Amino acid sequence: MIRERYLNGLVLVLLLAVPLWALINDQPFTITLATRAAIFALAAVGLNIALGLGGLVSLGHAAFFGIGGYAMGILAYHAQTYTPVMELPFVIEGTKSMPIIWLVAMVTSGTAALLIGLLSLRTTGVYFIMITLAFGQMFYFFSISWIAYGGEDGLSIYIRNDFPGLNTLVPINFFAICFTLLCLVLFINGLVARSPFGLALNAARQAPQRVQTVGLDPQRLKLVAFVLSGVITGLAGALFADLNRFVSPTMFSWQTSGEIMIFVILGGTARLCGPVVGAVVFVMLEHALGGLSEYWHIYLGALLLLVVLFARGGLVGLISGRAVAHD
Amino acid sequence: MSLLTLQNVKASYGSSEALFDINLSVSEGEVVALMGRNGMGKSTTVKTICRMIPASGQLTFDGQDLSSLASHQAARLGIGLVPEGRRCFADLTVTENLQAASRSGPWDLARVTTLFPRLDERKRQRANTLSGGEQQMVAVARALMTNPRLLILDEATEGLAPIVRQEIWGAIAQLKNETGMAIIVIDKSLTELAQVCDRATILERGKTVWDGLMTDLTLDISERLIGV
Repeated sequence: MIRERYLNGLVLVLLLAVPLWALINDQPFTITLATRAAIFALAAVGLNIALGLGGLVSLGHAAFFGIGGYAMGILAYHAQTYTPVMELPFVIEGTKSMPIIWLVAMVTSGTAALLIGLLSLRTTGVYFIMITLAFGQMFYFFSISWIAYGGEDGLSIYIRNDFPGLNTLVPINFFAICFTLLCLVLFINGLVARSPFGLALNAARQAPQRVQTVGLDPQRLKLVAFVLSGVITGLAGALFADLNRFVSPTMFSWQTSGEIMIFVILGGTARLCGPVVGAVVFVMLEHALGGLSEYWHIYLGALLLLVVLFARGGLVGLISGRAVAHD
Repeated sequence: MSLLTLQNVKASYGSSEALFDINLSVSEGEVVALMGRNGMGKSTTVKTICRMIPASGQLTFDGQDLSSLASHQAARLGIGLVPEGRRCFADLTVTENLQAASRSGPWDLARVTTLFPRLDERKRQRANTLSGGEQQMVAVARALMTNPRLLILDEATEGLAPIVRQEIWGAIAQLKNETGMAIIVIDKSLTELAQVCDRATILERGKTVWDGLMTDLTLDISERLIGV
């Protein structure tokens, strides 16, 4: 067994080493694959806060992923067409600046998470799953009907957005941005998990009624976790849209929610780097098996089945054993 | 002045009535034994105080009406509960169990581990790997970490080894003597209750049937109302 903290380090070093190897060997497509894995990992780290720490099985996280994507798409579209996003009551211009786009993506997805969470967290169990799924689908169908931004066909952005001091069109530079954000969010996630808030949230997941007797409001704890989770997933959505230079209603679909959940379960729920491992394995399988068969998800399904049946801590749990007590 | 007052309190689980007329008062620094046979409403009374089930009648804590508060709000007012059945947060370590409940006040990690030195030795161990007695100590320490003004111990020594029971009773006596904290104790051991409690309230079929000083609790009363 490898201790989890060493495994986490190894996973991140490998995720960094692959694109560097690809850069040396002039394989930009591999860098794009690693970037895709890093972005998926970021989205899954977001879900892991709600699912792993808070025990909130959300099937609607695609809503936040899509909101982040559309925040990027709309702002960049208006910047490239030189039209304002809105003129009344005040003028809001589009922008090609990544930091501003990220901020807008995080604020909008966080606001959506707050509103969805306020309603959804009145329910638990299967009802919570269904209500989050319903919200996700509402956003999906709204985006299809939103003709101003491409409707069902989606919205193309011609040039990747700008980041101060970096040429983002160079694949390794964009990977560096995504990887840095992933590491930063993992660091924050680690801090949150060990903070009094994270401990209280963990306690609320285990025993919501008992936690009230020590003066903690489980609803509020879960709502904060849900919003934080939505913010991170929204940021991932903005990066994903920038990677593809394209947004479409697919980002809102329930399959996207399912895939983000698969990353978490495959890698290990509530394990810090579980979502990263899950996303990397997913992208590797997608690339390796996708070329062999259109129905490669069958193999993914089989792997997921094996993990759920025989490795309850996911792939991270399989390699490093049960999560050790925090020290 | 009474810190906690319950007057004509009634409570039910759905359509099934459990409490009919509960009267109870606890003053600052007082240790009160809540007694009665099994199923007479002791734990239900505790649940109404902690706002875990709705109740009617007058419930006040430090002059504030409890009836409109949620459970966590009652706890924040200063009502600490050690629930029946050693209910720790299983996946958290001893330290994490205590930190999760921590509120500002004189009781902190250092002070609770002074009260229960064994917890200091087990601080990095998960709660679900501890013995029953150690889990009970975590439950008591966790309630103290909320810095309560009233501590309620619901069957805190049930099913524990005699030596651990002694440790828990020792801690309760220490709390009484050194802190002046108001305490409600539910327990089956009359001998140990008599040693630490100032007053007793006896319940029968959801009603308060006796209330008085511990020294006034005669053998006849205890045999008739508690069966001990």
